[in-house]
Amino acid sequence: MISAGGLAPEFTLKREDGSDFTQSDLEGQTTVLVFYPFAFSPVCTDQLNLYEEVLDELTARGVTMYGVSCDATYSQTAFREKLGVTIEQLSDFEPKGETCRAFDAYHPGGFPQRALTIIGPDRVVTWSYQAPSPGDLPGANLIFDALGD
Amino acid sequence: MRELGSAPVPEARGDDHLRGLADAPLVIEYADFECPFCAVLEQRLARRRLRVLFRHFPVRSSHPRAWAAACAAEAAGRQERFWEMHDLLFADQARLEDPHLWRRAEALGLDLERFDSDRRSDEVRARVRRDFDSGVRAGVVTTPALFTLEAGRAQRIDPKTFDRRDDER
Repeated sequence: MISAGGLAPEFTLKREDGSDFTQSDLEGQTTVLVFYPFAFSPVCTDQLNLYEEVLDELTARGVTMYGVSCDATYSQTAFREKLGVTIEQLSDFEPKGETCRAFDAYHPGGFPQRALTIIGPDRVVTWSYQAPSPGDLPGANLIFDALGD
Repeated sequence: MRELGSAPVPEARGDDHLRGLADAPLVIEYADFECPFCAVLEQRLARRRLRVLFRHFPVRSSHPRAWAAACAAEAAGRQERFWEMHDLLFADQARLEDPHLWRRAEALGLDLERFDSDRRSDEVRARVRRDFDSGVRAGVVTTPALFTLEAGRAQRIDPKTFDRRDDER
């Protein structure tokens, strides 16, 4: 993962409506990117469900959270709707994993690492975390620690 | 704003839900009434000589009725019947809609009007939220989650510890 102090790279992800989400969209807001391995997998399900429960608290702190995976947009939307969560999903489907690689968050197995990064309004990474393995779910407390709670 | 940064699991507080023999080992459980793994664990814990401290950890998107069930248990607790409602909720997780909650309250002889008013109250929601937040702060990510207290410090234990049947009481 890009460490704290580094500048977020240039990248392009797809929003659920098909439009582009790029480094420009990070500017002027504090962003949490949640890189997760696979839509519909058990740990990713638990992770998005848990983070949804604290989403209001992130919003109250002026923070926007996005989920990032290499799944196609349609799969991400189906996953989000099945869970009933509102965390916006960003797709790194084509070229596959290019943004994950740019953030140094691509697993050699061909999917995103389970990783979190917080990016400030100036595009500077203020915190990043990669789980010891894709099966480990980082607690929401880590995000709030990083935000200074 | 709620405090959600890391913090140790709180020790037993006056209004925590605690049952079991006073000299038995204490486990602190974070659970959700709609979680099937929690229901299985409840049975396993009940067969052991333990004191169990129950805290709510409802996650809406996984279990849409978990919050309502947690609030129902708290409302029953306000009429001194928390554990009875707890047991009834875990005993039939397929029936957690409002009429099912009312039926349980009736079976326990609760004042139904008070039960309904309490379970929808800000105070009860705040009480459930307090448990949930303490779990988030302790790093709970899914249910069930168990802790023991050793020398005043909470240690996480794997719920599978209680899968074995040879040390049941």
